[in-house]
Amino acid sequence: MNAFTIKDLCLWYGSMQALKSISMNIEANSITSLIGPSGCGKSTFLKTLNRMNDLVEGVQITGSVLYSDKDIYAPEVDVNMLRKRIGMVFQKPTPFAMSVYDNVAYGPRTHGVKSRAELDIIVQDAMLRAAVWDELKDRLKKPALALSGGQQQRLCIARALAVDPEVLLMDEPTSALDPISTSKVEELITSLKQSFTILIVTHNMQQAVRVSDSTAFFLLGQMIEHGPAERVFSYPRDKRTEDYITGRFG
Amino acid sequence: MKAVLLSFALAAVASVALITVFLVSSGLPAIGKIGLLEFIIGKRWASTAKDPGFGILPFILSSLYAATCSILIGSPIGLLCALYLSKAASKRTRAVISTLVDLLSGIPSVVFGLVGMMVLVPGIKQLFNLSDGSSLLSAIIVLSIMVLPTIVKVSTTALDAVPREYEDSSLALGASQVQTWLGVSIPAARNGIAASLVLGAGRAIGEAMAVMMVSGNAANMPSLFQSVRFLTTAIASEMSYSSGLQRQALFSIALVLYVFIMIMNMALSWLVKRSAS
Amino acid sequence: MTRGFQKAFKAMMISSSILVGSIAVFIFAYVMIKGIGGISWSFLSASPSYLENRIGILPDILNTLYVLLTTLAIVLVIGVASAIYLSEYAESKKLARLVQGASQILSGIPSIIYGLVGMLFFCQILGFRTSLLAGSMTLVIMCLPTIMKTTQESLEAVREGYRESSFALGAGKWRTVRSVVLPCAADGIVSGCILCIGRILGESAALLFTAGLAHSVNGYLEGMSSSGATLTVALYVYAKEQGEFQAAFPIATILLVLALAVNLSASAVGKRLSRGRS
Repeated sequence: MNAFTIKDLCLWYGSMQALKSISMNIEANSITSLIGPSGCGKSTFLKTLNRMNDLVEGVQITGSVLYSDKDIYAPEVDVNMLRKRIGMVFQKPTPFAMSVYDNVAYGPRTHGVKSRAELDIIVQDAMLRAAVWDELKDRLKKPALALSGGQQQRLCIARALAVDPEVLLMDEPTSALDPISTSKVEELITSLKQSFTILIVTHNMQQAVRVSDSTAFFLLGQMIEHGPAERVFSYPRDKRTEDYITGRFG
Repeated sequence: MKAVLLSFALAAVASVALITVFLVSSGLPAIGKIGLLEFIIGKRWASTAKDPGFGILPFILSSLYAATCSILIGSPIGLLCALYLSKAASKRTRAVISTLVDLLSGIPSVVFGLVGMMVLVPGIKQLFNLSDGSSLLSAIIVLSIMVLPTIVKVSTTALDAVPREYEDSSLALGASQVQTWLGVSIPAARNGIAASLVLGAGRAIGEAMAVMMVSGNAANMPSLFQSVRFLTTAIASEMSYSSGLQRQALFSIALVLYVFIMIMNMALSWLVKRSAS
Repeated sequence: MTRGFQKAFKAMMISSSILVGSIAVFIFAYVMIKGIGGISWSFLSASPSYLENRIGILPDILNTLYVLLTTLAIVLVIGVASAIYLSEYAESKKLARLVQGASQILSGIPSIIYGLVGMLFFCQILGFRTSLLAGSMTLVIMCLPTIMKTTQESLEAVREGYRESSFALGAGKWRTVRSVVLPCAADGIVSGCILCIGRILGESAALLFTAGLAHSVNGYLEGMSSSGATLTVALYVYAKEQGEFQAAFPIATILLVLALAVNLSASAVGKRLSRGRS
């Protein structure tokens, strides 16, 4: 089953075209990695899926993005509800200047959950699923900014999970982390596959091979090649993909 | 060369020392003669009467009253404006409004006083049917306008410094823009915002000329529709013809004002230090 | 949080911004309309005379100019030298912190207090009496933190490589600072000067008791040693003490035009500054 169906998606920042006619399907409950050199449009593409680009001044988008067969750019769509269903984790950990607990509870509170008991359950559940509960359950009242980088990032994943999304968009979620934290986050991502559709932007080829089911290669705003990760990495069909994954440019 | 430069660098330190020493040494004698309590909480100021009274409580309270009210009026307007400039406005709108804010901050205080005298004072007189519009209220309104640029500029800088990713994270959780600003941006910038308010309050307490022109200058206890005198205007209005104990008492008022400003200064540097860490 | 609240909140943000902007526009427009008609050649070029029932602001313009030049010249030397010391020479962190703390305190002191201390120290103790010189010296202390801050910031923005390349050519410390570092920081110093000009033009409370209120036309040296009102002080006296609004509004108009000019040049220099650094 397809989670996203993307057709002829183009995006301009002012007069600069950042995405050129992208069409692809993204399967539900799988991990898709987006690879390509810096500035190739993969992060921009990721942000079109939860409409984070809407906020940039002078952005223009054409084409269609269907999620669960509905156009997410249709005028009647509530952007905030869309973003609740399609969660996002950023490159740098971004814990808010609040306690660990308040960070995870921020989303549910935003969407109107008030009862303390209910929040307690949501927070614990999200932190369990993000594999940080055991480490942090005694430090719920501590400021989140005091945590280590790896813990912060997993806390941010827990925060994203707490609003009960269906999709997780991850923009280089491990690039600011050390190797040990990275492997913890990777483990977590793999374990989340059963319940979520995951898209992950990465610069790390090994990571793309390790975690993803399918891979899409982006270059200069175009989607060059998309297929099962194993196939793309072993038998790339396009010369440019081959050059990139064998390290000839990038 | 180094020694020459050093001696120049010490000019700032020497100036602070000079100001402190002069204010203390010329402000203490009158307090000694009048009595600290009598001076600070005395309600009667009649410096040239046969039976002179040197109580400055009316000035202290008027100054505090006016500074507090002007911050209460100025801060919601200033903060909403800063939030708009930093988060919502297009580049063009932002450029236009911040130019106007810069212009506002460049207006000399006597011009504020002049416009206040000619527009505000008669307006208040008419609106509230008073015999004279020169009042605490006009001073508060003038000060509210004068603190606006400080609040807007410093808060905008603080809000601009909030990392974009923080706000994006909140938006990505499905929070709306307003929820994000209130829940993430403002808390993250709170020290800078607090600093802008303290800075504004300092300006309001220290302002002399503009309020002197609109507040009527009578040594009453603070009351919104009455003429009042502030710490600053008490000094300015009598200095030119003062002598003896009266003159010394004016220096004591300056000392009290200086103490207030120093307290604000300490609050400010504490806030700045906190926002840096 | 309801949708209605969010809409209302955004509307409040926009209206607050419009309010702030229109206050500035109103004050400018009001003063200009009331004052522009009163500006004439005779108003600018004469001195006031009760006998001839004439108001002229030539002495106030000259006094402002004298105070401006004197203050700037002195504060520039002290401020730039202090900034150079702090950013290039200071080894003791403690001393640097002390100087910086002092400069921060100075920038928060109200002008009326500067006026008082200036009167005590410059007029009485140093014996300058009530004179433009005493007023200028008072303003020097007031403007010192501004020049120090902008100069120091721009000195610190000069790339380390410049200093090292100069040292590597065998130049000494002072020579490096003077001919390599300082020119790179020129824009910052200029913008500091512009800020100070704005402050000096707008200042009144600090000058009331130090520079005095006289309106007579003097040459520079004579002017510096005698009492005189600058434009702002003259505006105060005309408006508040004499009720001469046909003099007050034209002066206010001139002051606002000057403030506008200061503002525009500050932002022009600011733009050059950010372009030069990026």
